[in-house]
Amino acid sequence: MTPMLIDLSAPAGITLALLPEIVLTGWALILLLVIGWRHGDPDHHRWAGGFTLVGLLVALGTVLWLWRAGATPDGLPLMIALDGFRWATAAIFLIGGIAAVLLAQGYLGRERILVPEFYALVLFAMVGMLLMGGAADLIVVFLGLELMSLSVYVLAGIKRRSPQSAEAALKYFLLGAFASGFLLYGIALLYGATGTTNLQAIALQLADSEIVGRPMLALGAGMLLVGFGFKVSAVPFHMWAPDVYDGAPTPVTAYMAAAVKAAGFAALVRVALTALGDATAAWQTTVWWLAVLTMVVGNLVALAQRRLKRMLAYSSIAHAGYLLVAVAAATTQGGSAFLFYAFAYTLMTVGAFAVLAAVGRDGESDLLIDDFNGLAERRPWLSFALAVFMLSLLGFPGTAGFIGKWLILAAAVDAGQATLAVMVVGASVLSAGYYLPVIMAMYMKPSERAEVAEGARLARGGRLVVAAAAVVLLLFGVWPNRALDVARDSGRQLAVPGVIIGLPR
Amino acid sequence: MREVVFWGFSGVALAAALLCVTRRSAVASALWLVLTLFSLAGLFVLLDAQFIAAIQVLVYAGAIMVLFLFVIMLLNLGRAGPSDMRGWLGRGVAALLGVGLAVELWVLVRIVRGGGFAAETAAYPLPPGELARVQQAEGAVGMLAEPLFRQYLVPFEITSVLLLAAIVGAVVLAKRKI
Repeated sequence: MTPMLIDLSAPAGITLALLPEIVLTGWALILLLVIGWRHGDPDHHRWAGGFTLVGLLVALGTVLWLWRAGATPDGLPLMIALDGFRWATAAIFLIGGIAAVLLAQGYLGRERILVPEFYALVLFAMVGMLLMGGAADLIVVFLGLELMSLSVYVLAGIKRRSPQSAEAALKYFLLGAFASGFLLYGIALLYGATGTTNLQAIALQLADSEIVGRPMLALGAGMLLVGFGFKVSAVPFHMWAPDVYDGAPTPVTAYMAAAVKAAGFAALVRVALTALGDATAAWQTTVWWLAVLTMVVGNLVALAQRRLKRMLAYSSIAHAGYLLVAVAAATTQGGSAFLFYAFAYTLMTVGAFAVLAAVGRDGESDLLIDDFNGLAERRPWLSFALAVFMLSLLGFPGTAGFIGKWLILAAAVDAGQATLAVMVVGASVLSAGYYLPVIMAMYMKPSERAEVAEGARLARGGRLVVAAAAVVLLLFGVWPNRALDVARDSGRQLAVPGVIIGLPR
Repeated sequence: MREVVFWGFSGVALAAALLCVTRRSAVASALWLVLTLFSLAGLFVLLDAQFIAAIQVLVYAGAIMVLFLFVIMLLNLGRAGPSDMRGWLGRGVAALLGVGLAVELWVLVRIVRGGGFAAETAAYPLPPGELARVQQAEGAVGMLAEPLFRQYLVPFEITSVLLLAAIVGAVVLAKRKI
């Protein structure tokens, strides 16, 4: 099939290249316009959710269409990339967004959070994420990150009556704004060292070994890592994560833990591999230590948690560590491993939070693991799904989580990072200490609080999310071939092509 | 003449900035900040960037400072509050950061005096008078508008979406009844 050449300097070309983002923005604008009139009623709220869902599906359609058409830039991608990595990450974020909206539809009504702007903010955050995964310029990376973060700060505080939710939003906002400052400073220093903000042009500049040795470059890369470290909640920049995940409404937590984190990583992988691929000396060791610290601290602290929502928060920190290992490999193979793991991770995280939202009440932050005792007798399917999510998070063979972890291990070993691979395995063994007790509680312990199981209700959307996530995780656990090929192809396109025509002035 | 104007504006900017951070009263701080922003606008004119200077005065010294004062008055912060610097730890950290910054500046000045950055900046030279020449050809606004609406069109549009999201978010969080 001949690839679809897109001239990014022509208005028609750039419109086509940004079609998914334009669709989402347009949808958000129409939504805002309509909910200006149709506001307070629960019916209007349901309509807004359905409308958003259609918008996300249409955007997913345009992403898949551009992907299949093989859209390639005519010359150097100046602001936005057109490659497999962009489409793959966009699809992952959109799937995470669709799941979060499906969950939110039932949840927001139940918890009486009748704010239809919720969906507009989800759409805006989604635009930001797509731009992060598809950025070809550091300016777009930053603006996408800000667009996503600003929307998610508000989403975290959308439950306006709850002090925990307000605390989560404020904490997230202050620390996030601080981190953005670091990121921006890093971008400025990189610009100072290389004279450009375009990712591929930076890579070309760094082919000159004299620039690679500049302290300004190392400082800039370090600042970037601090900024991204905050966003993906890597230790030691993770302090905000447990409180924010705990305080935010559960569908928002699922959105944050899955899509927002994956978007932060997508931007990090793109910047690290495309722009700084030749300057690994400036960042690889730092990422190595971040990965080790994140895995060890995330898993150890998760072991001590008794409440499920907090445990899942720390577990998501631990998973940031595994994903950092893929980055630390500093090869396109690591990029492919990241893609597959991010896909599996999005599904298992969203699924786990969906079950949590079904079983819990009133923010779910006080739901203990012991409350799940004997759940399997009364709700066998729900328990089975949660067991699948826990095993997949653990990396148990037969689930997509295992394949993902295996890919990360392979990438680390092939890159000569054997110590890091050993750390991943050790951390996974440690994580069994908090994932398995949930399964044990459900299947082996007698039920103490019958009302928990009785009260567990999933709305239609939530049921769909849980079922689909569990089925897909099992499917890709035993038959990952197709997804592996896609991940491998998309990751490979991160490397800067050998010949680039038409450098920017 | 140019030198005198430069040092004049720089001196005023620095002095006003210092006064801005040392005044106890929030209103006084804000007013000193206005003076700093005005002096910076003067420096922009010296750099042949008249349009930026005008925008600096209109947007920052004008609109944004009015918002600052508005918030200060609204929260009734006019009177001097207690100092933020409390305890030995706070003072120690502040002193450490200040000394660090001073050392950094000193090192930078020494490198520049010794011509240390010459090799690094030579890669992206802007000949003297180049900016003024381009401005003659394209006009003060055109020089800015051209890259903004061509080369940086995508970031520009993203910024507009970003601002819209921020407005919606602020209303959702802060409005009494939605």
